[in-house]
Amino acid sequence: MKTFKKLALAAGIGALLSTTAMADGLVVGFSQIGSESGWRAAETSVTKQEAEKRGVDLKFADAQQKQENQIKALRGFIAQGVDAILIAPVVATGWDEVLGEAKDAGIPVVLLDRGIDASQDLYLTSVASDQVKEGAVAAQWLVDTVGDKPCTIVELEGTVGSSPAINRKKGFDDTIAAHANFTISRSQTGEFTRSKGKEVMEGFIKAEDGGKNICAVYAHNDDMMVGAIQAMKDAGLKPGTDILTVSIDAVPDIFSAMAAGDANATVELTPNMAGPAFDALEAFLKDGTVPEKFIITESKLYTQADDPAGEAERRKSLGY
Amino acid sequence: MGGISMEPMLQGRGLGKVFGAHQALAGVDIDLFPGEVHALLGENGAGKSTLIKILTGAYQPDSGAVVLEGAEVAFRDPLQAQAAGIGTVYQEVNLVPNLSVAENLYLGHQPMRWGMLNKRAMHDGAREILAGYGLEIDVRAELGSFSVAVQQIVAIARAVKLSGKVLVLDEPTASLDRAEVESLFEVIAKLKARGLAVVFITHFLDQVFAIADRVTVLRNGKLVSTQAISGLSRTDVVRMMLGKDVVFAHSPVTEIGASGPALAEFKGLGRKGSVAPFDLTLHQGEVVGVAGLLGSGRTEMARLMFGVDLADTGSISLGGPLTLRSPRQAVAAGMGFCPEDRKVDGIFGELSVRENIVIALQAKLGWFKALSRDEQDDIAGRFAEALDIRAADHNMPVKLLSGGNQQKVILARWMAIDPKLLILDEPTRGIDVGAHAEIVRTINRLREDGLALLVISSELDEVVAYSSRVVVMRDRAMVAELKGADIAPQVIVQAIAAQEAP
Amino acid sequence: MKLRVQRLITPQTIALVAVLLFNWLLFPGFFSVEWKDGRLFGSLIDVLNRGAPVAILAIGMTMVIATKGVDLSVGAVMAIAGAVAATGVESGLTVWQAVPLALVAGLLCGLWNGVLVAVLDIQPIIATLVIMVAGRGIAQLITQGFIVTFNDPSLIYIGTGSALGLPMPVLIAVALLILTTLIVRRTALGLLVEAVGVNRSAARFAGISAMSLLILVYVFSGFCAAVAGIIVAADIHGADANNAGLWLELDAILAVVIGGTSLLGGRFSIPMAVLGAMIIQAMNTGILVSGFPPQFNLIVKAGIIIAILVLQSPVASRLFKRA
Repeated sequence: MKTFKKLALAAGIGALLSTTAMADGLVVGFSQIGSESGWRAAETSVTKQEAEKRGVDLKFADAQQKQENQIKALRGFIAQGVDAILIAPVVATGWDEVLGEAKDAGIPVVLLDRGIDASQDLYLTSVASDQVKEGAVAAQWLVDTVGDKPCTIVELEGTVGSSPAINRKKGFDDTIAAHANFTISRSQTGEFTRSKGKEVMEGFIKAEDGGKNICAVYAHNDDMMVGAIQAMKDAGLKPGTDILTVSIDAVPDIFSAMAAGDANATVELTPNMAGPAFDALEAFLKDGTVPEKFIITESKLYTQADDPAGEAERRKSLGY
Repeated sequence: MGGISMEPMLQGRGLGKVFGAHQALAGVDIDLFPGEVHALLGENGAGKSTLIKILTGAYQPDSGAVVLEGAEVAFRDPLQAQAAGIGTVYQEVNLVPNLSVAENLYLGHQPMRWGMLNKRAMHDGAREILAGYGLEIDVRAELGSFSVAVQQIVAIARAVKLSGKVLVLDEPTASLDRAEVESLFEVIAKLKARGLAVVFITHFLDQVFAIADRVTVLRNGKLVSTQAISGLSRTDVVRMMLGKDVVFAHSPVTEIGASGPALAEFKGLGRKGSVAPFDLTLHQGEVVGVAGLLGSGRTEMARLMFGVDLADTGSISLGGPLTLRSPRQAVAAGMGFCPEDRKVDGIFGELSVRENIVIALQAKLGWFKALSRDEQDDIAGRFAEALDIRAADHNMPVKLLSGGNQQKVILARWMAIDPKLLILDEPTRGIDVGAHAEIVRTINRLREDGLALLVISSELDEVVAYSSRVVVMRDRAMVAELKGADIAPQVIVQAIAAQEAP
Repeated sequence: MKLRVQRLITPQTIALVAVLLFNWLLFPGFFSVEWKDGRLFGSLIDVLNRGAPVAILAIGMTMVIATKGVDLSVGAVMAIAGAVAATGVESGLTVWQAVPLALVAGLLCGLWNGVLVAVLDIQPIIATLVIMVAGRGIAQLITQGFIVTFNDPSLIYIGTGSALGLPMPVLIAVALLILTTLIVRRTALGLLVEAVGVNRSAARFAGISAMSLLILVYVFSGFCAAVAGIIVAADIHGADANNAGLWLELDAILAVVIGGTSLLGGRFSIPMAVLGAMIIQAMNTGILVSGFPPQFNLIVKAGIIIAILVLQSPVASRLFKRA
């Protein structure tokens, strides 16, 4: 009942006041997966910052990697009568029932950074990055930088079979295939980890005549690239100069490497999924504007020209 | 007895079985008649379980034949024996505890209807069968939720249902209380009336006299005798089990009698549920024999004395007061112990003869005072020669040696620490004649060297030959201490068999 | 002399040589080693260097398995030790303080395992599962969920430095191998551990203090895991609580088994276990330089491991003898 009153009130007053004022007083529940990676921690802190900036009262629930915790949290939000729910779902299936309950209670739900297998009318929209595009942006930077010179690339893949590994490979390889002067000579999994990235790169260097044949390294995430940079330095090579590097995620350590001249470029997987989500929610609650079903976040490219030292500091404060 | 017909249901004729160099069973005859309860008795290693396994198809005999209702049979496995009418129930119920009672009764023979399990028929049938045993329980409940006694009856019911001619009960009463034993006996009486031949293995003499019609006694793999129980006394049975053909005189030992000064004193040592408090003093240069049947508390007593089990009463003095929390302290105080079960508690099968001999000394010396290879070779060589250990090479794994040689290796292990007191639990069981003599010789030699020895043995002739005193265990208590002229097989047998005052 | 050569021909050495030759066929430069920047450089050195952490784990694991136990926690203990060392130097400790602290963390984890196994008599696979599962959580607690990156040159030297032309991890592994083998064989520890592993009950009857020996081997295994964890963290200049040592307990167990030590306890050989670790790493490095698509990694690995274990099986050795 309370919810209904609050919604009616918000809608009624909303017609008279500015957007900011309307958002003021919104109560949004956020069910986060957990804090398994630095990026996830950054997503949490960015979401909290975005909420504060907009005057949203954010109810935060950490699911510690368990779907049952997320379902519990969602039921709690519904019982509290929040105005909207953000959820980063831990798995893709098993959401129909609880999302149905939210729908019946008239609470819009926005999915963050991961999709689910459920009817699309159970949620308002989903905000996520386009992993294929991330690979393509990385490839395009390489194409623009190298030009027409012949270039041999080695690729550090993510965990075999994982969707970011498949998609980031597809985006990159497809774009590169259109340019005849590029060849991908070796491709191996570095399992998204620093130490595997280093080990695989060591192997590549040996296999490619001490690294003299390698023109560029592409890694499916920054952690592997940080390891690969160490491997190149240990072999007496100069990453960033002798060998170009491009990777994905934009974590602080890769900016530190860029600041030191050891890395060239990274494509950001933005931790700011909440910004577009709040935009869509505010528009929807204000006048019922239905957003697109899939909001794609920007895959922004950062190079040594983008104040890497400053970026590194800024990102560390986000909890990466 | 009147119910016994003239035609035996199941016969074993001249059954023999050899394991490696060990003759486990030799020329044993046994007849089982319909409508009789036949007790099978004998100490550990007497050949009871070998005989049973041959009769129920688990082993194939090396010599002799099994005859069922007049026709010779050769079972490949217990399933075949079961189908032919011979069922077995073991001490540890071998059914499936997380299936229902009815499912256990019908496992492998479920009633079917139109290709589907007919549950109702199964439950009705199970109820009916168990009613015949005076058991009214929910047959749909998990078997494991019932007491061992009920499980045992279910196991019997299943065995009878599948077989129905001969039922072998292998120590069925070991984990039952008195009332449960009573109800089990009622069941056995009913089966007997139905004309089954029941074989009953136990080491409780009371039960033998309560239920059996005839008794067969085995010793060292050979048949001692089969007799009707009505003509026997407890003493007769014990004598058969322990060996009555005693010809040894023990005169040479009596002279040494109460020999040197007291070495070790065990006062009021006891442990609840294991052995009642006992007093025992051991002197230098004497052998104290321990006699008693299996389960009499003889091994438990030795375990308390060596610190394997912790005593909850009493005190020990061995060159000063001694509190034992582990065998390690007993060893440090100068004790050694050759356990009854060599394989489980004695030998390190994968390790070499040399390592097996030096291990206790090395443990006593500690982690960092390692015996060099030369020292090890020297010690192993010395004791292997002294005990005539027959091993091709001291570096071969001890598990490849014969039982007698393994026993000598364990003796050598303790001699290497130069002990004051040695406890030997059945040192001559299951070993060949040559090694047997060597071990008895060693016991005498160690005594002459001034050691105190406590020897547990069911070989009465042996005990009489080397002991200067004999203590008798019965019902987990020390009941007699025999000296001088009393150290005679007849006296010992009487002490073991004496009925407890009601 | 002839005897010595024969003793070197074991299924393990044959397997290692076979894997190395196979790598050479796939990548002709595999055996080339050059001197560069004051140290040796080449794929063979990579095998030694990358195999060092698992070899170190295998040294500790061999002792545990010899007692009929197993230590599943070593991977997580690596993460904990790496986290302690990295967080230590980042919060201002010197490497002389942070590294001993990390080693102590490993010893404590080992002590915990040892007490569960020896005193509380919990099955080793269950007892060590506790830290295997909870350990990464502890490591994350220490790193607060980040990959703690550090630039302390002394700590980094442990992972990437070199002396006598060889990488530090290799030297540490070799030192640990020699030291442990000497200690185990020159004192009575080896014999007593084997006795406990073969027959714990008989060991008790023979006056061996199985309890303190069991605690000792688990503590040692924890120590080895901590050393490996420090090396791995130093190698990548950072402590990655999520991934450091992930699944390496299985590689370590495999190395011990390839080395011929039975999971049933008893006879053990530390040098053979280290050889086993090298066989595993030779496969990994071979796959990297061969250029196979990564989808085949696990299949290739599985195939080779099956072949080695079949070669070692009792049936195969009987066939060999007959031939």
